[in-house]
Amino acid sequence: MRAFSYQRASSIEEAAKAAVGTEGAKFIAGGTNLLDLMKLEIETPTHLIDVNGLGLDRVEPTPEGGLRIGALVRNTDLAADERIRRDYALLSRALLAGASAQLRNRATTAGNLLQRTRCPYFYDTNQPCNKRQPGSGCAALAGFSRQLAVVGVSDACIASHPSDMAVAMRVLDAAVETVRADGTRRSIPIAELHRLPGDTPHIEHVLERSELITAVVLPKPLGGKQIYRKVRDRASYAFALVSIGAVVQPDGTGRVAIGGIAPKPWREEAVDNELANGAKAAAAKLLANARPTEQNAFKLTLVERTLSAVLAEARG
Amino acid sequence: MQTPGALDISRRDLLVASAATVTVAGAGSLAHAKTNTSAAPAGTKVSFTVNGERRELELDNRTTLLDALREHLHLTGTKKGCDHGQCGACTVLVDGRRVNACLTLAVMHDGDEITTIEGLGQPDNLHPMQAAFVKHDGFQCGFCTPGQICSSVAMLDEIKANIPSHVTADLTAPSEITPAEIRERMSGNICRCGAYSNIVEAITEVAGRKA
Amino acid sequence: MRFDKPATTNPIDQLKVVGQPIHRVDGPLKTTGRAVYAYEWHDPNNRYAYGYVVGSAIAKGRIKSIDVTAARRAPGVIAVVTSDGVGELKKGKYNTAKLFGGREIQHYHQAIAVVVAETFEEARAAAALVKVDYIEEKGAFDLAAAKDTAVKPEEGGSDSAAGDFDAAFETAPVKLDQVYTTPDQSHAMMEPHASIAAWNGEELTVWTSSQMIDWWRTDLATTLGIDKAKVHVMSPFVGGGFGAKLFLRADAVLAALAAREAKRPVKVALPRPFLMNNTTHRPATIQRIRIGAERDGRITAIAHESWSGDLPGGGPEVAVQQTRLLYAGENRMTAMRLATLDLPEGNAMRAPGEAPGMMALEIAIDEMAERLGHDPVEFRIVNDTQVDPENPERPFSHRNLVACLRTGAERFGWQDRSKQPGGRREGNWLVGMGVASAFRNNLLVPSGARVRLDREGIVTVETDMTDIGTGSYTIIAQTAAEMLGVPIDKVAVRLGDSRFPVSSGSGGQFGGNCSTAGVYAACIKLREAVAQRLGFNNAEGLVFARGEVRAGERSMSLAQAASDEVLVAEDRIEFGKLAETHQQSTFGAHFVEVGVDVATGETRIRRMLAVCAAGRILNPITARSQVIGAMTMGVGAALSEELVVDKERGFFVNHDLAAYEVPVHADVPHQEVAFLDETDPISSPMKAKGIAELGLCGVAAAAANAIYNATGIRVRDYPITLDKLIKGLPELS
Repeated sequence: MRAFSYQRASSIEEAAKAAVGTEGAKFIAGGTNLLDLMKLEIETPTHLIDVNGLGLDRVEPTPEGGLRIGALVRNTDLAADERIRRDYALLSRALLAGASAQLRNRATTAGNLLQRTRCPYFYDTNQPCNKRQPGSGCAALAGFSRQLAVVGVSDACIASHPSDMAVAMRVLDAAVETVRADGTRRSIPIAELHRLPGDTPHIEHVLERSELITAVVLPKPLGGKQIYRKVRDRASYAFALVSIGAVVQPDGTGRVAIGGIAPKPWREEAVDNELANGAKAAAAKLLANARPTEQNAFKLTLVERTLSAVLAEARG
Repeated sequence: MQTPGALDISRRDLLVASAATVTVAGAGSLAHAKTNTSAAPAGTKVSFTVNGERRELELDNRTTLLDALREHLHLTGTKKGCDHGQCGACTVLVDGRRVNACLTLAVMHDGDEITTIEGLGQPDNLHPMQAAFVKHDGFQCGFCTPGQICSSVAMLDEIKANIPSHVTADLTAPSEITPAEIRERMSGNICRCGAYSNIVEAITEVAGRKA
Repeated sequence: MRFDKPATTNPIDQLKVVGQPIHRVDGPLKTTGRAVYAYEWHDPNNRYAYGYVVGSAIAKGRIKSIDVTAARRAPGVIAVVTSDGVGELKKGKYNTAKLFGGREIQHYHQAIAVVVAETFEEARAAAALVKVDYIEEKGAFDLAAAKDTAVKPEEGGSDSAAGDFDAAFETAPVKLDQVYTTPDQSHAMMEPHASIAAWNGEELTVWTSSQMIDWWRTDLATTLGIDKAKVHVMSPFVGGGFGAKLFLRADAVLAALAAREAKRPVKVALPRPFLMNNTTHRPATIQRIRIGAERDGRITAIAHESWSGDLPGGGPEVAVQQTRLLYAGENRMTAMRLATLDLPEGNAMRAPGEAPGMMALEIAIDEMAERLGHDPVEFRIVNDTQVDPENPERPFSHRNLVACLRTGAERFGWQDRSKQPGGRREGNWLVGMGVASAFRNNLLVPSGARVRLDREGIVTVETDMTDIGTGSYTIIAQTAAEMLGVPIDKVAVRLGDSRFPVSSGSGGQFGGNCSTAGVYAACIKLREAVAQRLGFNNAEGLVFARGEVRAGERSMSLAQAASDEVLVAEDRIEFGKLAETHQQSTFGAHFVEVGVDVATGETRIRRMLAVCAAGRILNPITARSQVIGAMTMGVGAALSEELVVDKERGFFVNHDLAAYEVPVHADVPHQEVAFLDETDPISSPMKAKGIAELGLCGVAAAAANAIYNATGIRVRDYPITLDKLIKGLPELS
């Protein structure tokens, strides 16, 4: 871990100003992913701005009937929030399927969205990785790719996004609220937050340098049956091979997003319309452009079968 | 328990260790941080409470809470099993909540109240959870044990506070203490010796006693 | 004491303390964080420096140059010791790959430098500044590809034969010929390798994490080129080992070299992501098993061949050895072949040989039972043998596999197992049961101890034995208490220090039986000294009980024997030819029930039972813990554990605890363990045998057989992950 200076920010303005004024600055909140990567020098900030004191830790109702989740709300608190449990069970379930209790106690809503891939080659600085070191190559393509993405990939990168929470947010059509250094604010639909790798896998999201996520906003509740199904080798404390977040209405219509198979939570609105026709049709459409490796081709079957189980459960 | 043998060696070092906290704490890194040619200050003052005692340290910013406890305060009960949040051996309580001390910087804990395994109980005055681990042989090599115990204590409080888990069937019903709940909630604490079955029995006993 | 005749009645048979369910004497220390492990030794008079290791970025080749300019200039740096700077160092007797020194790179993450700084943070940061120029060479990393180049290992005993296997197999009415594979596995003990080294002139003290104090001491002296007498090794608490800490590792060598350079005590811990490629692992195997049987179930021919790989100078994974002994059959053969691979060093991990061997053999037995239409429990019983099948003159010292299987079947409810694979469904779960025999040889290693008696009547045992979670502190205290007739709280046990007599150490499940036998021997000597001191004619008829020594009417307090000066006795147990005249092994039966998710193929363990026959159980609490721990490791072997080889780049890719998945709490159900009430007087005066590895042998196969019973899908490649099942699962509606 390289040396860095450290500052506790007490206001959003102060944080934003510090970020824009210092080359190599990064925000730190929970730190569970950033510090992990800093120890391996995959992340090398020169200045850390501790945003834990910004008071962005409340869940509040919005005038539209939804909820505004402060960027710093810890995963545990969000999962345990009564409104989330009642009206957005999918989100609570997704959070509880992720990491461990200890990590969820620290990890924040914004940090969870921005966590980086768990590709083992990204994690090993001796290995080529276009995401970590642009232009160095992708060792995963011909290497160990069992965990990695099958859709949305490129020749440069097949990393998968590891978040469970983000899958639920995607189903719920959440929006990410940010503030930029100049004080301007914007709202980014979750669908547009993460970028596909293309030729630039090191650019993972649309946020500008020094842009700070302040909240994630949920639209009003969808009702329906809400299911988050995470498939993994271990029964707990493991990343998903495949996960499915679904909201299914009594009439059989619904929404679905998939985790563990793409560089971002994977949802195609067009596929939602196929749900009534069963898992096979929906999965075929979702995975139409899949480019699996030999090692992760099983995910295609796994998505279909898991989706089938989820839809059966929803019909319940 | 009085078996001088095993205790012999470690007791002596225990005395040594606690004496050292007074004299050495916080010294090492800062002297050298000053020789750093970089302009930005690499050290920060932090003050927190550890096991009820107020501690002030000036630390290299890079120092994790785990290394502050182990290398600066010489509270080595908290273990470094992986240093990457993958094993749970470093579990401590921060303001009553369990966290991985390896994945948080010490300087981020100004004003916090930290409890380590040393603060839960002592060999001649065991915390009920520590006693239950001994009774049910909920450990073997002992290296994950402080983390398991800190984690179990906080875990029972989480259930009491109605925080749900991955295996909670009904999110709107109060949380229950069942073996399945304990296993899921303790899954962030790896025990390679494989004492899980006994750990669950130890925790169940303490939970029963609490209820 | 030479043990060359079967034990007769001795003081241990009283079982007042030995055999009793006594809680670990080190429990209060371990549960309160007061047990001091290697990296935690702290003397306020020392200013410790921190060493951080740099590992090779390539798998095979040479170091062209190492540039340490930037590292040396980094804040806080005291010294940088490099592999090319140190030059060639002698290799320890027990190491295959060199731990440090020279320019040759033999495997990924081989240590090539250590950076010493005032703080851990400074050392770690500076280590990243070390620049290395390599000359990379092509290596062999793929066992399957290298299989045909594998050769008969140089050491003898790789092949065995009896009768005429080929002819018998050819004519057998029912046959099986299958290939099984087991992956590379990592010990993944919770405490990473760590050492603190301090020099005092020419004398070196190393506080480390070692299973075998004397091996470490010897190999460290050899590696550093110093006199063994000048090396002091201490390891009173060890955070798990499973074989990873049998042999000297790089942390101790680096700490010693760094401390010499820094002229200060230096602490070195191997970072977790570095462990799996820097240290040793259980090597992968390819195993071919052929079995021929009569229709009545009697095996007439059995063959087991195994291929594994290692670095030049290494050895094979001895995966066939149990097949020479476990089942009857007149015609048999085994063979091992070794390929050269440039992966990190393969070496012992818990139950080396039998663990992967049983993973394969016990699936094969299940398959064979099915072909015969026999129950897998009965098929095993029919083929029990009470003699070494290769040499029927040679009996087992004690063997009760049959009772393990029968007891287990009854307790587990085996009769409820669906005879039809895929025949039991509960909701979304396909449910199945599996069984496997457990088998592990009982090894005998000399072990010494010193026992002191002081005027307070406190008995202190000193031996360089280690407690790696096995319970050595406790069973040694029990042994001394029993032998000298004192309560266990009057016994102090001091372990893991090279100033104490050399013990068996902890490995090969021999530590419990052998180290207590060594303590037994020393206590016999102390009893003699006590008798002499108190004026009794001879020690043999004396009764040591309740802190007193009695002969007929005459009785004196034990402490009185040491009223003038501390009484000290030292001895060691040495084993004669009983291990040659008798085959000594331990036996058991594993039963596992699994649920396989009908949609996803995720396997979850629902129930587990082990029944063990392993001689006298010295402490049912710690013995049971050894078995449940081994069963848990078996769950990992069955379902998730695999060091994944990057066959191009030549390293284990998933080299941390997130990517190498060992079981967590949620993977392990309540576990049942039963011990048969037995003793084995041919094993030692303790009449005990090993247990810690027996508990692992067969578990994974029992799970594999249960998965087959649940799904009808036979997977012969471990671990049995869902991707290997999913294509064969039933169509979903």
